[in-house]
Order: sequence, then C-alpha cells, then structure tokens
Amino acid sequence: MTVTLNPCYRFETFVVGAGNRLAVTAAKAVAESPGTVYNPLFIYARPGLGKTHLLMAIGHAARGINARLSVEYLTLDEFVEAFHAAIAAGHGEAYRKRFWDVDLLLVDDVQFLTHRREMQAELLRLTDTLQVANRQIVLTSDRPPAEIEALDERLVRRFAGGLVIDVGAPDYETRVAILRRKAEERRAQFADGVLEAVAEAEIDNVRELLGALSRLIAFQSVGDAPLDPAQARSLIPGAAAASSGSSTATPVPASRDEFSEFLSEVTATVAQQVDDWRRKVGAAILRWDGEGYRTAQLEVLLEQEMVADPEQAIREYEAAVERLQGLHAEAATLAPDLAGSPLFRDPGDVAAAEALLSRAREGVHPPPAPSPLWRLTDFAVSEANRMALEAARAVAAEPGSHYNPLVIVGPAGVGKTHLLHAIGNQLSHSCGPIACLSAPEFTGELIEAIDRDAVGAWRARYRQVEAFLLDDVHLVADKDRTQEELFVLFNILLESGRQMVFSSRLPTGELSGVADRLRTRFEGGLVVELSAPDLEVREQVVERALAAKTGATDDELASYLASRPAQSVRGVQHLVTRVIEAAEARHAPPSLALARELLDGVTAPSSRAATRSSGIVSPTATGVKNREKVIWEWPNVGDRVIEDWR
Amino acid sequence: MSLVNFTAREITCKIVYYGPGRSGKTTNLQYVYGRVPESRRGRMVSLATQTDRTLFFDFLPLELGSISGFTTKFQLYTVPGQSYYNATRKLVLQGADGVVFVADSQARRFDDNIESLQNLQDNLLAQGVDVRRLPIVLQYNKQDLPSDLTLSHEEMDDALNFRAVQSFSADALHGHGVFETLRGISEHVLKRLAAGSPVA
Repeated sequence: MTVTLNPCYRFETFVVGAGNRLAVTAAKAVAESPGTVYNPLFIYARPGLGKTHLLMAIGHAARGINARLSVEYLTLDEFVEAFHAAIAAGHGEAYRKRFWDVDLLLVDDVQFLTHRREMQAELLRLTDTLQVANRQIVLTSDRPPAEIEALDERLVRRFAGGLVIDVGAPDYETRVAILRRKAEERRAQFADGVLEAVAEAEIDNVRELLGALSRLIAFQSVGDAPLDPAQARSLIPGAAAASSGSSTATPVPASRDEFSEFLSEVTATVAQQVDDWRRKVGAAILRWDGEGYRTAQLEVLLEQEMVADPEQAIREYEAAVERLQGLHAEAATLAPDLAGSPLFRDPGDVAAAEALLSRAREGVHPPPAPSPLWRLTDFAVSEANRMALEAARAVAAEPGSHYNPLVIVGPAGVGKTHLLHAIGNQLSHSCGPIACLSAPEFTGELIEAIDRDAVGAWRARYRQVEAFLLDDVHLVADKDRTQEELFVLFNILLESGRQMVFSSRLPTGELSGVADRLRTRFEGGLVVELSAPDLEVREQVVERALAAKTGATDDELASYLASRPAQSVRGVQHLVTRVIEAAEARHAPPSLALARELLDGVTAPSSRAATRSSGIVSPTATGVKNREKVIWEWPNVGDRVIEDWR
Repeated sequence: MSLVNFTAREITCKIVYYGPGRSGKTTNLQYVYGRVPESRRGRMVSLATQTDRTLFFDFLPLELGSISGFTTKFQLYTVPGQSYYNATRKLVLQGADGVVFVADSQARRFDDNIESLQNLQDNLLAQGVDVRRLPIVLQYNKQDLPSDLTLSHEEMDDALNFRAVQSFSADALHGHGVFETLRGISEHVLKRLAAGSPVA
C-alpha cells in the first residue's frame, strides 16, 4: 500500500442506518471480492456523510481478507498532482504503470474532474486497464457522475457500468446511534435525553453532528453540573427550533462571563494539546501501518485514557522498527526467503526477528571453492578439445556474458572436473564468491539443511555467489528436490547474469531422470564435449606428469607412453605413475625399457631370448594379486590361434 | 516547575505579570479574582506596603478543574515593579511558564517600560531561560487615559514589541483587555504542552 489508510475508518466504526445501508453492503461486497462484483463502484454523497470513511473501510477490509492485496488510496487532487509531477519529470508512463499493478484502487473526491479533460482521459484509461485485469476501482464523489460538470460521457458510462450508489443522510435513529458511539469513544457521559435532543436537530451532516457533540462535551466540562436536554438544545443551532416547547429552554448556567469564556478557551486548548499525543500516535500508526509494520503496540496506547510519555513510546517503537529494518536487510542478504517473514514486521517482538536471523547466520558459511590444484594452464590442449578450452577461457574472461551456462560433457577421466575447477579458479580472481562443487555434495548439503531446518540459509549461500560451477550434474538424476532447488537457483543466477558451469558424463540429451525444464536450460547455454585424449593430449599429459614426478623428461619414454592407448587423461596419468613406481622399486630411473617390460612384458634383449607375447596387456595387471597365475609367455600362440580358427 | 505532570495527571501553569511599578499588574489579578467563581479560586495573597504598592508579590491560584483528565491549575503572580526589588522579581520569575509584561501606556512612563522590559530579559537570561522561547505577551495598560497622555497601541508596539509577540490594549481597572491578555498568554503556554520541552 503506498498511501496509508486512516486506521479509524473501518466498517466496524461506521454506523449503518437506512440511508447508507445499501452503500455499505455494496462496499463490503467489493471488499470481500475485489474486481468481481461491482467494478467500478461509484459512491456519492453530500459532504460529511462518510464517503471517505467507506472508501478506506473497503481498503482495510480487503486487506484484512488478503494481506498481500495491493491497495492504494488517494484523492483526485493527489492523483492529479502526482501525475503532473510525473509528466514534468518525464515519468508519465512509469506513473501510469504504477497503478496498473494495484489490486484495489480507491480514488476520493472525483467531482474535481470537472473540466480536467486530460485527467479524465487518464482515469478512463486507468479504469479500462484495471477492469480488464479484474482489478477493482472504487471512486467517491459529492454528486452522481452525470452531474459532474463536463465529465466525459465515456467515463459516465463506465461508472454506470459498475454500480453507482449514494449514501443518504442519517435519520434520527442513526444520528442518535452515531452520537452515542462517538460519545462513548470520547468517554463522555450525558444525562438521558441529551444526545436525543441533539439528534432531533436534524443535522444531516455527520461531521456537523460530531461538532455539536464536541460542543456539548466542552460545555459540560466547563459547567458545574451535567447538561440537561434543554440546555443541550440551546447549545446546538437548530435544536431549539426543532424541539417543541423549546421556548422554555434556559440558558447555560455558566453565563457568558469572561471567566467562563476564558475557561472554555483553556479547556479547548488543553484538550487539543493533551490529545495531541493521540494525534501523534495516530500519525505514527498511519505511517508504520502503511509501511507494513504491526502497530498493535501503538494501538494499545490509543485505548488508554492517558499515556505517561507518548513521545517516548513512539521513539521506542520507531527504534524497534529501525532495528527490524537492519535485521531485515541482513536477512535479505543471508536468506532472501526469510526476509519475507512477518517477524521482521513486528516491532513488538524484535527478539523473535533476532532469533530468526541468528539461525540464518549460523547456517551461512562460504560456499565450496574450486580446488586450486586445477589450473587452466595445466589443461592439455589439442584440436579435439580446443573448443572446450576456448569456451572456458571466454567464460573466465567475461563471466555471464558469453556462454551461460557452459556445459562440459564427456566420459569419465577426460578432464571435465579439471576444466570446471580451472574455470572456477580463474573466476575467483575476478568475481566475488564462487561456488564450485559436485552434484552429490550439492545434494548432501541440501539434505543436511533440510535436516537442520536451515534451507533458507543454504539457499542464500548459493544465491549470493557470483558464479556457480557444478560437477557431475548428471548425478542429480531422480533427485527431485535437488533439481527443484537447482532450477530455481539456475533462474536466479541466469536472470542476474551470473555465470554457471556444469559438467556431465552424459550428453544433455541423454540425461534421463533430469527434469526437462532443467535439461533444456542446460542446452540453452553452450554444450562442449571433451572426448578421449588424442595423441597430442597424451603427449602433453605424459610430459607434464614425468616432469612433475621426476623433474626431467625422457623423450623416448614419453613418446612410448603417449602412444599407449588410453581412454582418459586419468588413464595416461596412471601409466606414468605405474612406470615411475616400478622404477622407484628398482631404484632405477624410469626408462623406456622398464616401461616396455612393465607394460608390454618385453624384457631387455640381453637378458632373455626372443620371446613372443600376446601383445595383450591387462591394463589392470597391477591389480592381479598373484603374478604366478598370469601366463606371461605364450609360445607359438599365433600358430595355435590360427589353428583354432580353422 | 513542570508544566505537565503525567503521573499526577496535573497541569500547572505559572504565569507571571511583569512590568514597571504602578503599571497595573496587581489590578489585573484583582480583576481576574473578582470574576472567578469562589469555587474555582484560591485565596489571593498580596503582600503590599502601606502605600499599596506590591512589596513582595501577588499570588492568585486558579483551579480550572479537570480538563481532558488533567487537574488544571493556573497560578498568577505579580512581581514588585520597583527597581530595588529585583531579587524578589528574580525569585518570582523562577519557573515561570509564561510572562505577561504589563506596560504603562502613559508617555511619561516610556523609559520605565523600557527599563523594566530590559530587566525582565536580564533576569530571564540570568536564569538560563531562552527569552525567544518563553511565552510572553505584552499588555499596554491604561489605554483609557486621555490620548494626549498615552502612546497608542502602535506606538507601544514600536517601542516594546521588537520580538513581535502578541500585544493587547487594556484598561485593567475596568477589566478591559484583562481576560483577553490572560487568554492570550494561556494559549501560548498551553500550546507548549505538545512541545513538552523546557524553556531553559
């Protein structure tokens, strides 16, 4: 709600009589289901009969039913002034759009549309827009639409298309009821017949009626004895004439001498000043209620006859609001879903908001970072994986702007994780917090967060990152909650232009068990493939591995190892490791001969006669526990195989 | 003195009538006293010399009854106008919520008015009271005297009212302007209820 509603103007405080029953019924119907019954609802009445009260009561009631409803109240003058200001500032369109999202628009005093053609056109446009969107508009005026001078005929028809209803003057019974209720509110007690005497005056304006009541209260407080009906009549213009036999009415005992006048004036001033705290408290309620804070603390003050230090009470309330605002701001960063909690709107219970935030704080720690061991410069490049590498470099250079998401697809051991972490490391130099983890870790954290009832904080960790890198995303298959969270996170990050990188063992099109909405989002970015390492890659991997482990490179050995078939980089690295470990076991440097002996089973010519072997080497030879059970030499096996085939 | 005591639910206004000797301060109080019903006034205390000049001060308590839940009391004081009673004036002035400066409109008392007004300001300053914030009204008394002996309201304003406060013409002896002045100062004082801050 952008404009506050007077908290006193509610249906509960509106005295219903014959003259206004229909209008109140229509207003309640509109409040209960805005946009569906009478749209627009046009209420007209002479001044002082409760139009504004009804209008605001609709707003309060509608909001009471649905707190999320967007309600806006404004007078036509405010509407016009704001529009002119917006036009002058060049924000005319923004101003119009401001009202398009309002669920319930309450416009007071539209009779001032007279001769304002441009505003009539605006209101016409707005009415149409709101009606089409099933949003409610309620208007009030001091006269029916047809009597508003120079009002666009189309507007008259629009209003007539909804419900045009008037609020009639209160009858005697209603006047008595109003006077009694208001006297009770002001804690004023009158002798029997006094209020009835005033009601007889046929004051058909509620505001004037309340003025008459104020006069009674002031004079009764000045006089030494309670007013009687006759005195009341004499005080109220029109009452004496209205009352039969009023000629016998006696003047007020406190004759209009100077002291009485002085006392009357002092009474009015004191009342005004003493009650000023009520005005201040009321203003504070209006303000903070309008801003969505609970004002029960302040409303309690109004129920008291007197408050020792209302200023202090307001200050304390506002300090609590300020505290809540601080907590809310922190919560919005830590856990955006927690920020919507009503606890941040209740200054009467700041401790609860603090406790909530404290729990959120506990759940927040930095997201997993990429492993520093994997660097982009260590990634072996070849023609086969050049595209993936270039994409990675582009993403690292300008995250979020080129390929978002970047999905790295390939079989196990081809370097997906390396590339993913390498991108993460590059990004961590230029971006804020980076999240780099595997899908099972992601799921594991979620489960733990659910277990600790700290999902909000968990989400916050990831929603605040500048880049999100998820390894082995194919492992989210059949994990619905993880996919749900990942989907929401994906959208948030994508909308805010933050980089995402995924790796998957399976091509995106083959991700069974992954929701289409997620799979298609992966495909919406750039999918690059890493295939089994070609010779060029293998050479680089071997050279680097040898250099890293022995400090030197043996070209023959490197060439030999690189020439070995391998389905993955990891496999190549494994070969190198095997050779080095064997060399260490023999206390000799790694050599081609050793490698051939180890990998091919070929011993050095000097030590054995020429033998034949199958050429088949178990890649997992080291896994065989008992070497004696392995037939290492197959004499004339070629001849025998041919024989068998025959 | 606290203007409003929320705990005791009491409003007490101390209004001091200040001005040069024989300007009509006591006459103001006497007129008020005469118009207040007995039930609402306390005993007026006047300590006067044999020549009827105020020696110490006049004190008139007014009980205005319960207003908006507050027992409201007005205390009207006068100070001795003669310049040699400055210690008494200071004493009476302490805790004043408002001051009525009663000036003598006779042209020949012009300097006395100036001197007394200056004295008022000096005494307030000495008590740490911000003269600009203390409610003050001016009453130009004896305007009923022949015009060739008195200064007009405008002339009095020109001479004394450099702070542009509210000013009243009066004939305190016959009551003209007395209650108007009292109402004027009362309104100013009571409006400070909302402000709630001390003058000093």
